[in-house]
Amino acid sequence: MMSKKDNKGFRIPDLTRVAGPISSIGAIVVGLIIGLIILLIANPSKALEGFGWIIGGSLQSPKDIGNVLYYATPIIMTGLSVAFAFRTSLFNIGASGQFIMGAVGAVIVGVHGKFLGSFQWVAALLASMVFGALWALIPGILKAFYNVNEVISFIMTNYIGMYLANILVRETVYHKLTNRSLPVAATANIPKMGMDKLFPESMANGGFIIAVLIAILVYILLNKTTFGFELKACGFNKDASRYAGINAKKNIVLSLLIAGALAGIGGGLLYLAGSGKYIYVEDVLAAEGFTGISVALLGMSHPIGTLFAGLFIAYITVGGSYMQLAGFVPEIIDIITATIIYFAAFALILRSVLQRFRFRKAGDKS
Amino acid sequence: MSTIYFLIQQTMFFTIPLMVVALGGMFSERSGVVNIALEGIMLMGGFCSIFFINQMQDTLSGQLLLILAILIAMASGAVFSLLHAYASINMKADQTISGTALNLLAPSLAIFMARMIQPSGVQQIAFNNTFRIAKVPVLGDIPVIGNMFFQNTYITTYLGVLILIVSAIVLFKTKFGLRLRACGEHPQAADSVGVSVYKIRYSGVIISGALGGLGGLIFIITTSTNYNASVAGYGFLALAVLIFGQWKPYKVAGAALFFGFMKTISATYSTIPWLQGLNLSGYFYKMIPYIATLIVLVFSSKKSQAPRAAGTPYDQGAR
Repeated sequence: MMSKKDNKGFRIPDLTRVAGPISSIGAIVVGLIIGLIILLIANPSKALEGFGWIIGGSLQSPKDIGNVLYYATPIIMTGLSVAFAFRTSLFNIGASGQFIMGAVGAVIVGVHGKFLGSFQWVAALLASMVFGALWALIPGILKAFYNVNEVISFIMTNYIGMYLANILVRETVYHKLTNRSLPVAATANIPKMGMDKLFPESMANGGFIIAVLIAILVYILLNKTTFGFELKACGFNKDASRYAGINAKKNIVLSLLIAGALAGIGGGLLYLAGSGKYIYVEDVLAAEGFTGISVALLGMSHPIGTLFAGLFIAYITVGGSYMQLAGFVPEIIDIITATIIYFAAFALILRSVLQRFRFRKAGDKS
Repeated sequence: MSTIYFLIQQTMFFTIPLMVVALGGMFSERSGVVNIALEGIMLMGGFCSIFFINQMQDTLSGQLLLILAILIAMASGAVFSLLHAYASINMKADQTISGTALNLLAPSLAIFMARMIQPSGVQQIAFNNTFRIAKVPVLGDIPVIGNMFFQNTYITTYLGVLILIVSAIVLFKTKFGLRLRACGEHPQAADSVGVSVYKIRYSGVIISGALGGLGGLIFIITTSTNYNASVAGYGFLALAVLIFGQWKPYKVAGAALFFGFMKTISATYSTIPWLQGLNLSGYFYKMIPYIATLIVLVFSSKKSQAPRAAGTPYDQGAR
């Protein structure tokens, strides 16, 4: 709609189309500046050193770059999950629960599925997908058939999922001494797919490649298929899409099913990464689900945007972990991320400014 | 009998903060601004007021200190919520995005500041609880009712009840309440009769900030002995309680009470003999409040309707 040629016969550069990326980049700049100001207030003499770590800490060695990819993988997946649901105008604040359920599914198959041989990791990943999808199915059905607000049922299923994960780990794959899940079999770890050669000593593995492929798949699904169009139509106007013969209830359920599957795979990719990650039996919600909201928002709910947003958040997080060398607390990274998201929310204003600019130009020429 | 008294007292500790925060959220959403930042607002209110208590407890103590802390909590929550108001009202930002940003900002800011201003450099802020009232004079001696509601309590419990009554009156019996609801249902109509949608929405968000901050303080002093940059997801639960209570004050109170009671059962099942006798996993009891809420929602959501304009920035040009 925005890019439609106007009927006067000439084209005007359509800046509104790039309003999203521009505002994201602008928000990143503002966020980093505010981060620098905070560093200056906290400790003026070390501020520049600390800021240097944020900007360049992740580029010191191939190992650091590899770790960025490793940290980005799960949050790209939860980000895709949130972004996907956003397309149908559903707010998936429940990615945390779907993520941990996916992780549990992957670890159960990863521990007990040794007989699957070299297919074990594939089976474990599929299990994470199924667990995540099923966990989002409950709010999906409640929303579609009982009109239960999805935000509230997602919040509830986050907590239920957290406790259920504790029960499942304790009953099936529990290591009592460490109060966490048993290590998965070697064949359950995702193959390195050459990432260990590219980024030696890092925790990078094939999981990142899988996440990138899934992001591309999601892009194709949303933008190049009838199904994706129907989902978006439901998101824009439920009544109009029903009038056009689209089954809104089915689409709500399917949309959340896919969103849950994406978040679940995120859990699978993290806990099958072969990096010594275990599910601890504790009453803490998985943070990756909430980071996914930030990632999706920063990526403007676009699959490829989400991919880059996940990489960016992982990038400053790895850099921020080095910031402790200069005596700063790593929470500054969260402050910066929050600031970036806050300013990214101003995209609408930017878009209308650009639009006005565009119309004024059009007026001049006619 | 003493078990029942204990359960009721505990239920109040869980219910009151949830209800106060959810009522705050109600004012914001009724004015047309979705406020998922309640968690972050609670955190900031809790941080500022607990830090105040931490600094002042050598000179002051008891109810006077608590009352001052309440004012601090409300003021800081209100100030913090201005960020959300500015983004969603002036800048027409997506309210989910701005709320998410505040939720992320609050805990990191609280940890950062606690570590920076405390000489010890730790993120926890400790305080002495001198606020608990073992027994309210006269009223605490009433049989049964005295045991239930006027022993082992805090003034914040009564403040919470007062806020409930005042909220209901303000929302449905005053000019301001009518305007607030109009802005949440059809802002263009409100504007056409001379109501300033911006001002009303600002008021709604600021009230939610003040009550959210207060809720943060209440939650921490009644359930903990230090502040550790967390309110245990109570802001999100309050959001759920608000929706569960269908944006109506007394229903919100009922929803908070229901959830608070379920939470009490799950936290104290080991002291209730017949529940302990069932011999179920402790995690199962912890799930009960959340499962019960979902089940109740299935039966009560068919007609549920959010304020019509909640979540939509006000555009004067739209029809």
